Amino acid sequence: MAQYTNYILVCGGTGCRASQSEQIIENLKAAVDQYGLEDTQVIRTGCFGFCEKGPVVKMIPDNTFYVQVQPSDADEIVREHLVKGRKVERLLYVNPETHELVPDSKHIGFYKKQLRIALRNCGFINPENIDEYIARDGYVALGKALVEMTPEEVIKEIMDSGLRGRGGGGFPTGLKWQITRKVQAPQKYVVCNADEGDPGAFMDRSILEGDPHSIVEAMAINGYCTGASKGLVYIRAEYPLAVERLKIAIRQAKEYGLLGENIFGTDFSFDIEIRYGAGAFVCGEETALIHSMEGLRGEATVKPPFPSEHGYKGCPTNVNNVETYANIPVILLRGAKWFSSIGTEKSKGTKVFALAGKVNNVGLIEVPMGTTLREVIFGIGGGIKDGKKFKAVQTGGPSGGCLTEKHLDLPIDYDNLLSAGSMMGSGGMIVMDEDDCMVAMAKFYLDFTVEESCGKCAPCRIGNKRLHEILQKITSGNGTEDDLTRLRNLATVIKDTALCGLGQTSPNPVLSTMDNFYDEYLAHVREHRCPSHQCRELTQYFINPEKCKGCTLCARVCPVHAITGDRKIPHIIDPQSCIRCGTCMEKCKFGAIYVH
Amino acid sequence: MNKVKTLDDLKKMRESLRASLDLREKSNTPDQLVQIKVSMATCGIAAGAKEIMSYFIEVLNRENIDALVTQTGCMGYCYAEPTIEIKLPGKEPLVFGYVDKTKVEEIINKYIRQGILVDGIIPVTYTAVKPE
Ligand SMILES: Cc1cc2nc3c(=O)[nH]c(=O)nc-3n(C[C@H](O)[C@H](O)[C@H](O)COP(=O)(O)O)c2cc1C
Ligand code: SF4
Ligand code: SF4
Ligand code: SF4
Ligand code: FES
Ligand code: FES
Repeated sequence: MAQYTNYILVCGGTGCRASQSEQIIENLKAAVDQYGLEDTQVIRTGCFGFCEKGPVVKMIPDNTFYVQVQPSDADEIVREHLVKGRKVERLLYVNPETHELVPDSKHIGFYKKQLRIALRNCGFINPENIDEYIARDGYVALGKALVEMTPEEVIKEIMDSGLRGRGGGGFPTGLKWQITRKVQAPQKYVVCNADEGDPGAFMDRSILEGDPHSIVEAMAINGYCTGASKGLVYIRAEYPLAVERLKIAIRQAKEYGLLGENIFGTDFSFDIEIRYGAGAFVCGEETALIHSMEGLRGEATVKPPFPSEHGYKGCPTNVNNVETYANIPVILLRGAKWFSSIGTEKSKGTKVFALAGKVNNVGLIEVPMGTTLREVIFGIGGGIKDGKKFKAVQTGGPSGGCLTEKHLDLPIDYDNLLSAGSMMGSGGMIVMDEDDCMVAMAKFYLDFTVEESCGKCAPCRIGNKRLHEILQKITSGNGTEDDLTRLRNLATVIKDTALCGLGQTSPNPVLSTMDNFYDEYLAHVREHRCPSHQCRELTQYFINPEKCKGCTLCARVCPVHAITGDRKIPHIIDPQSCIRCGTCMEKCKFGAIYVH
Repeated sequence: MNKVKTLDDLKKMRESLRASLDLREKSNTPDQLVQIKVSMATCGIAAGAKEIMSYFIEVLNRENIDALVTQTGCMGYCYAEPTIEIKLPGKEPLVFGYVDKTKVEEIINKYIRQGILVDGIIPVTYTAVKPE
């Protein structure tokens, strides 16, 4: 049996594969054979999250990290590194700041880019076993707060940490707790907002599924600080696994005496109940959420009064988001100073993002505030799928805006995103490439808002519908330049007059695409052309007679028989009957069909 | 069930839980268990993580290998689901992605039995804080 002691790990992730990592593997294997190194094995791995410098090769056991390796480097790597025991210096990573060579992967700053605070236990512990959570310091923060600190001290620690709400608004969490604390009332509530309405986001679900005890613990700490004895988790019924794991966590915490009466022998008692939402976007808005929990229609109401003063059943109610809660225990254990050393001046700590769309590494990532979009999309995200060109990224979901090429080096934090015309939102991040039409994208988000508007106020109920109609007109090729003016005016009015956050932010996708991609709007209305060929009504399919071999395949697959032509003679598409389904273009083996 | 009555109770409990975990992780004796964690968040399950978990258990039983198979949450590599983590006694844990039945066999026969690496390792791309 072969006994390997040396391994050469070669990245076989999408990014590196596109730059010949398969060939590198072949060549390395050949070189290993040639030098007779029986103790060395070449292994193909997944993405290292370092695609910008790919293809990457890592040597085990000494962890040497070679970057931008070419197939022709294989021989040298094997000969120098393995046979002679010398590093191939020209392939080492150069620290961009100090210009020093970085010998091994442990010292590459990149690996510090993803820092898991909120997700610290996700993928690490068994979420259904409280003992594993306790072994990782679970409930020690709650104990410390109850036994060793006054509520004021805990609140001060949270304030000093600079933690801001992760549910979208970015309100300082410590301040919110203090406001709720100061209101005098016989009964108060703390609520965990697990509604997660942004269709592109799933971090709250993942936290509840992967580390539910951290939420239970943090809610109890919140109860201690604000003077609430009751916690409510508002979660959408479409998250059955999260609900199940949360239920198990609550049960286990009760069995251990970490919820219930006189926790840690103090006079603090706390209990948590689960409330189910039907999955309406507006129910994530805190006032609508509270109404929904009261059994009323999930409609927003004007603030003030804020829930901290007048919330669930008229009692002071402190609403926080799941991810906000997940940060609390760590802050208490490691201290405000540590937490506030991470991030930017006004946005501290990390943020979890759900990276989706046209990137190679779709997934859940957590990075310190201040990380750039480029680092996220091209580093961790592995770049754009199929080697296409990056066009834009939508942050903040249906309430956010799109950011473009020129924003790639923008450090991500609450304030920077706002001033760039988007917002943090809950952390959905949808990447778009050159094939995506920005007008259609804006329409897609409005489809969502129109569907989700609760209908209480006219600007949102009627205004968004009109916005949607104008976009429909533009994408079907009937728009005029006047429509663009109307679009912008109406969007601005809705923003200024809608009652709740849903309506106030719903025109953002329209406004930000107009700001950043006005030429695409113009192409639609002036030339009745969709530059990315996404708007069906504006595209036309053609057959290039030079390339067409007359094989008749397209004519046979066309569902509406729009293609005619004789064998061996270039075929023709009848634009009148063509329904622009794209089947012919997909099927033609000679690339003779194109769209315009 | 031992109730946690004081902060000291909790800390003692933490120490003993940690000690037993440490024992599991550090010792290098062959009779120590192999630990397998399957990422079982919604996306993992949708990608077939449950089937992979039962298949692991089935093959391990058939092959008479003592191993601890547990579930865990999202590892973040959603593009490579199903993902699993394997920890051999005395070794660093390794994550494997795109695990199907064939891969399960390969992982068991090569990596778990003989300690030989197999293709499909997902490098860890983050650091997670430890609270204290
Ligand atoms: C339309 C709309 C939808 C919202 N959806 C959510 C949601 O799904 N989850 C969430 O935590 N906050 C959501 N919010 C923000 C909440 O109103 C509230 O600010 C938040 O839960 C407070 O918690 P935080 O301070 O910890 O962020 C939404 C707000 C609006 C206007
Ligand atoms: S802005 Fe929209 S969602 Fe909000 S109250 Fe008005 S109609 Fe309802
Ligand atoms: S499939 Fe392509 S080559 Fe064949 S007839 Fe159609 S256009 Fe011509
Ligand atoms: S796009 Fe569809 S409908 Fe039009 S010619 Fe091709 S196959 Fe026929
Ligand atoms: S580092 Fe190779 S694909 Fe990402
Ligand atoms: S939810 Fe499965 S790895 Fe992310």
